[in-house]
Amino acid sequence: MLRIFKKILTTGVVTERFKTPKDEELEQLGIEIKRHVDKKFSGSIAIRQVDAGSCNGCELEIHALNNPFYDIERFGVHFVASPRHADVLLVTGPVSRHMQTALLRTYEATPNPKWVVAAGDCATCGGEFGVSYASCGAVSNVIPVDVSIPGCPPTPLALMKGLLGLMSSDVA
Amino acid sequence: MSSSTWSADFLTRLSMDITVAEIGLPTANLWHIESQAWQRFAELAVQQNLRWAAGWAEQVDNRFLINACFEKQGEYILLRTVIDDSNPELPSQATVYPAANRSERHTQDMFGIKFIGHPDNRRWTRHQAWIENHYPLRKDFPVHGTPVGITPPDMHYPFIKSHGAGTYEIPVGPVHAGIIEPGHFRFQAVGELILNLEERLGYVHKGIEKIAEGREPDSLAKLAGRVSGDTTVGHCWAACMAMEQAAGVVIPPRAALIRGILAERERIANHMGDIGAICNDVAFVFAQMQFTRLRELWLRTNATVFGHRLLMDRIVPGGVACDLSDESCTLIKKEIVVLRKELTEVILALDLNSSLEDRLYTAGFLSEQVAAAFGTLGYVGRASGQDMDVRRDAPYAPYDQVTVKVALENQGDIASRLWVRYKEIRTALRLIEDFIDRLVAGELRAEWKTPSTGSEGLGIVEGWRGEIICHIRFDTDNKIARFYPRDPSQLNWPALEKLVLNNIVPDFPVCNKSLNGSYSGNDL
Repeated sequence: MLRIFKKILTTGVVTERFKTPKDEELEQLGIEIKRHVDKKFSGSIAIRQVDAGSCNGCELEIHALNNPFYDIERFGVHFVASPRHADVLLVTGPVSRHMQTALLRTYEATPNPKWVVAAGDCATCGGEFGVSYASCGAVSNVIPVDVSIPGCPPTPLALMKGLLGLMSSDVA
Repeated sequence: MSSSTWSADFLTRLSMDITVAEIGLPTANLWHIESQAWQRFAELAVQQNLRWAAGWAEQVDNRFLINACFEKQGEYILLRTVIDDSNPELPSQATVYPAANRSERHTQDMFGIKFIGHPDNRRWTRHQAWIENHYPLRKDFPVHGTPVGITPPDMHYPFIKSHGAGTYEIPVGPVHAGIIEPGHFRFQAVGELILNLEERLGYVHKGIEKIAEGREPDSLAKLAGRVSGDTTVGHCWAACMAMEQAAGVVIPPRAALIRGILAERERIANHMGDIGAICNDVAFVFAQMQFTRLRELWLRTNATVFGHRLLMDRIVPGGVACDLSDESCTLIKKEIVVLRKELTEVILALDLNSSLEDRLYTAGFLSEQVAAAFGTLGYVGRASGQDMDVRRDAPYAPYDQVTVKVALENQGDIASRLWVRYKEIRTALRLIEDFIDRLVAGELRAEWKTPSTGSEGLGIVEGWRGEIICHIRFDTDNKIARFYPRDPSQLNWPALEKLVLNNIVPDFPVCNKSLNGSYSGNDL
């Protein structure tokens, strides 16, 4: 137990300062935001992550949002286990045809108002996989998308900016 | 290739018609047999303790080539037979090798080849995205297929049923509660005890094998790097190795060493992430936070030195797309010194923690026999006594210049798999230092030569999950005719169904994480 306390104390706080991004900055990153979260929600959004066919690369970087450097929960962004509890669906991957119904049902199960964030090149435009007998391509081919965060995979910083851009407070 | 002669012995003892190809592949001997003898060969092979490693088919005009890859003591045999498309059937090897089970079902769904006597010929990769009697990997199947507006869910898959008082079923997925890939698990339980688990995968089938056809080498390498995002280096390397064999391209020594550094960095990043996640699944958050912190630092160095956090697209046909400056080498070496110290501190805190011991020891037990029967690979196999590592047993550049110490345990529980991974991190750190010391000046990329029509290659590398086998055949004009990547997950997933038995349902996440199969690499 002493070893644990010692390691915690010597590690200290590694969480990095982070400012809500400005619109120009988002544009620079290619992040496209069509709709902002209502001001009433913006202090806290609950995300249900859905892998609709990704290679798992995006999931690794989404996981990183919870590491002590980014600690996205300090901004009120947290990941939930059920779409019933979610405000935002964070969808990755080209939508495989085998996941199409599952994604539609997850979307339907999410209460209104809801927002959909497409994360990664595949989710944004189909990426390396595109449209085929097995893949529907971009998420917007299956459900309406409000925010697109490109990248293969998007870095945690790009993901963070996209998510916080969604709830930027200057838009009501 | 190892100097043992078991294959020559085996060949003389086999009382069947086998044509040994005069020119094999650099990584495997190529043997042709009659299709009727397909199962008989497996029976003899299993007696000789050959490991079944991979199986796939190809279509060439109106014939199918069926391939199966076997291994013993680091020597590989690529067994091949030809069947006519008018009557595409042959005896199953899955009756002898459980490892071949899902692979044959995949071939059945994708090519319409029937494996006679298969113990379980339910569909596997096919859900409802294409109709029965249509086979996506046949050449006459269009890449866009004939999809309907909304692909219906796969409602009527005949799962195994349980009967009797007190048994009940728990369906889980495809959309899971965490940030994880989709798949379906069907539990039968009594109280909290798992009686049976059936996996239903295939949800992230993206048609990788089909959309690979017609690509050029650079484009294929990009696709291979996305077979499984966490194994981007491993798959890309295997695919490039196969293409280089087909083209007769030899990569420069500097490129080989850099590939080795990339692969070991990928191994360490994944092992650190997963050790943390295993601890998190038993609510030991301290370790999760420490390991995600160490992983993040490691990935940041990847971005600084190699230009990509996960190292995607750094390996290209003929070599690598990134160099290492002297400053970068110094940076990496310094980082390794710090990481070693940190790992020691964190691991000591884990090792002496009774609440971890309580959950990880004896849980998720996989016996040596079951591990061997399923051909279990990587840390899952090595934690259950399967002493196999391509880097040591069939070394390829740059591993042919170094000694790879393979971590081996035989308790077969979650703790065992965790310790194997920890030891693999330590080995990988040493290997990176070794490769940096051996770095020679020189080219990063050899000039590409267009491979002759029909030429093939078999890439075999040790990814972080275990052995990756990748077969590539070229068509005319530098175009790919067939790409088949065999991720280690394809052989490890069935082991999960066995190792969760008699564990409680709430321990499933940690059992699953200790194996950590790739869904994407399995579904293709």
